[in-house]
Amino acid sequence: MSSAQVSQGPRKIVIDPVTRVEGHGKVTIRLNEAGEVDQARFHIVEFRGFERFVQGRMYWEVPLIIQRLCGICPVSHHLAAAKAMDLVAGVDRITPTAEKMRRLMHYGQVLQSNALHIFHLASPDLLFGFDAPPEQRNIIAVLNRYPEIGKWAIFIRKFGQEVIKATGGRKIHPTSAIPGGINHNLSIESRDALRKDVDQILAWCSAALDQHKAYVAKNQALHRDFARMRSNFVSLVGSQGGMDLYDGRLRAINADGQAIFDGVAPADYRDYFIEEVRPWSYLKFPHIRSLSREAGWYRVGPLAQVNCCASIGTPLAEAARREFMAENGGGPVQPTLAYHWARLIVLLHCAEKIKELLFDDELQDTDLLVKGERRGEGIACIEAPRGTLFHHYIVDENDQVTSANLIVSTTSNNEAMNRAVQQVAKTDISGHEITEALLNHVEVAIRAFDPCLSCATHALGQMPLVVTLEDAQGSVVATGVRE
Amino acid sequence: MSGETFTFTVDGVEIEAFPGQTIIQACDAAGVYIPRLCYHPDLEPAGHCRVCTCKIDGRRSSACTMPASRGMVVESNTAELNADRRTVIEMLFVEGNHFCPYCEKSGDCELQALAYRLGLAAPELPYQWPHRELDASHPDIFIDRNRCVLCSRCIRASRTEDGKTVFGFERRGIHMRLNIDAKALDETNIAAADKAVHVCPVGCIVIKRTGYRTPYGSRRFDQAPIGSDIEVKRAHHPAKEGR
Repeated sequence: MSSAQVSQGPRKIVIDPVTRVEGHGKVTIRLNEAGEVDQARFHIVEFRGFERFVQGRMYWEVPLIIQRLCGICPVSHHLAAAKAMDLVAGVDRITPTAEKMRRLMHYGQVLQSNALHIFHLASPDLLFGFDAPPEQRNIIAVLNRYPEIGKWAIFIRKFGQEVIKATGGRKIHPTSAIPGGINHNLSIESRDALRKDVDQILAWCSAALDQHKAYVAKNQALHRDFARMRSNFVSLVGSQGGMDLYDGRLRAINADGQAIFDGVAPADYRDYFIEEVRPWSYLKFPHIRSLSREAGWYRVGPLAQVNCCASIGTPLAEAARREFMAENGGGPVQPTLAYHWARLIVLLHCAEKIKELLFDDELQDTDLLVKGERRGEGIACIEAPRGTLFHHYIVDENDQVTSANLIVSTTSNNEAMNRAVQQVAKTDISGHEITEALLNHVEVAIRAFDPCLSCATHALGQMPLVVTLEDAQGSVVATGVRE
Repeated sequence: MSGETFTFTVDGVEIEAFPGQTIIQACDAAGVYIPRLCYHPDLEPAGHCRVCTCKIDGRRSSACTMPASRGMVVESNTAELNADRRTVIEMLFVEGNHFCPYCEKSGDCELQALAYRLGLAAPELPYQWPHRELDASHPDIFIDRNRCVLCSRCIRASRTEDGKTVFGFERRGIHMRLNIDAKALDETNIAAADKAVHVCPVGCIVIKRTGYRTPYGSRRFDQAPIGSDIEVKRAHHPAKEGR
């Protein structure tokens, strides 16, 4: 439950914690004497430090260490690290079976994570309205009122996790991707069990997409205008610019859809991105190097994945993409709430890819591991559920990691989330009475990005939070502590 | 069995033994598992870890060092002794830095497996968080002292099996640590084929670039709890229940 603390006169409104996001964040809205929004910021108060934890560790341990950043999308970290360490192990191309196993695991990951977000976290806002009582805006209420959607929530996510277990050994924190390949293939037993359910999952994903499209049609103005912004987008794309969530090259497009850069190898990311630190947040602010700080910020995640790709290689998702892109005359779709629609298209794509792979006999081959000549550096990207994820490691001659840099999806969306907060605060809060529902609009805007704050700040657990209220002159008027 | 054998009981089960056998050796042969950590069947016993401590005719002693004798009455699988074993294991956990979630020995680690078998879900003693070094200087082997449980298996194996003196202890008590006979591992004459490299019960001495090869679910202790390989013998050749 959110809480609002309001002081008299020039006020600083703190929403803490922001609920139904992964991790812990804090929003501060400072009002001026006239009661208008002066400034709105989304602070990240967690600190994790995984880039430091892996220093000194053996490089083959990293795919297992680094995925402990998160229990929601550990597969993405596991695979991004494994891909980077493939390069360190001197392996440019893993075996087809190893790649397909990893891909299947990743599609399972994105399927379950997107399902978690759209159904468990976001659907209460969409189904009951942003202004509905907070006690109604949760998955339990969804299960009671919309049991069919509740069923999708549980079983689509469960299926994704079963795919991860079949390919990674465990539903959370898999252990199978190792530098140079994978440690097992897909058993016939697992394959057959998944085959039994995949058509039903596909049908439910399609139904969920249809339901969301109907929601958008009914709420066009809200969908179009809520926390609206125009931005650049960044995503990995595969060959011919098609959607590829596991591997490919980096593409950045501007708000009009023109390429800022394209075909960039993940290994060259430092030439194209710069990370900026601001003192009030543990989350860095990356932007495109060739553009200014003001112009170079970008969005990642499902909206970017769909906007950046030229096509999607599975029929149902491709048809859905075309319909989605038509929304904006073919150019990049900009509304913040369009993240949800895009997330459902990607969900459907994953279900289709899973089905395709479940009927690919190469997953039962036994050529799993390749060896190569050791290198000192590994850089890899993957399209995680929340967007492009960068892993960069330097390894010394003793096989120990000497440095690590991660740019996670939520980090890339940092500027966009702040702008969304500011946008919503200005339109919804200024001059109004401050209510839970209004404050929740700010959270809805942030939630659209499905931020994973624990990943993004790389903590020794959740910190107790100190909230300070300041007046326009910066004097402290009140302090509150949340354990 | 030859006429030289004699019997004794462990938890009421009659065990047949040869002269010269320790309690643990006779019990292993008879399919009765006594928890242990520093004991290794290929090495001379050391009695370091105290996990195999049993009550022998009412007095505590380590089963790995105590010779079996005729008519001896041994208590092993009792609530009291298992509680003590659990505490020993717990102390080993908190005195080191054991991060099972990513350790490449996980699933094949005797410390972890003992904790599971003895029902140690999570330590209650305060973690010590010691500073321990990782020596990765050798091209084929690394030592992660965060995980060392001071069992001395590597010390014994290096001396008696490999004919080397790579490992030893330094300091005493809580400050005791595994030492090597050089500044760094690559300055020693250790080799990946040495017995000393292959007897570590935990993830302290490890062959490089071989981790995580066995899938989750197929690792040694994923299949059956530690000691099952011994207990299975009893299932095939049931020992007589004691009088």
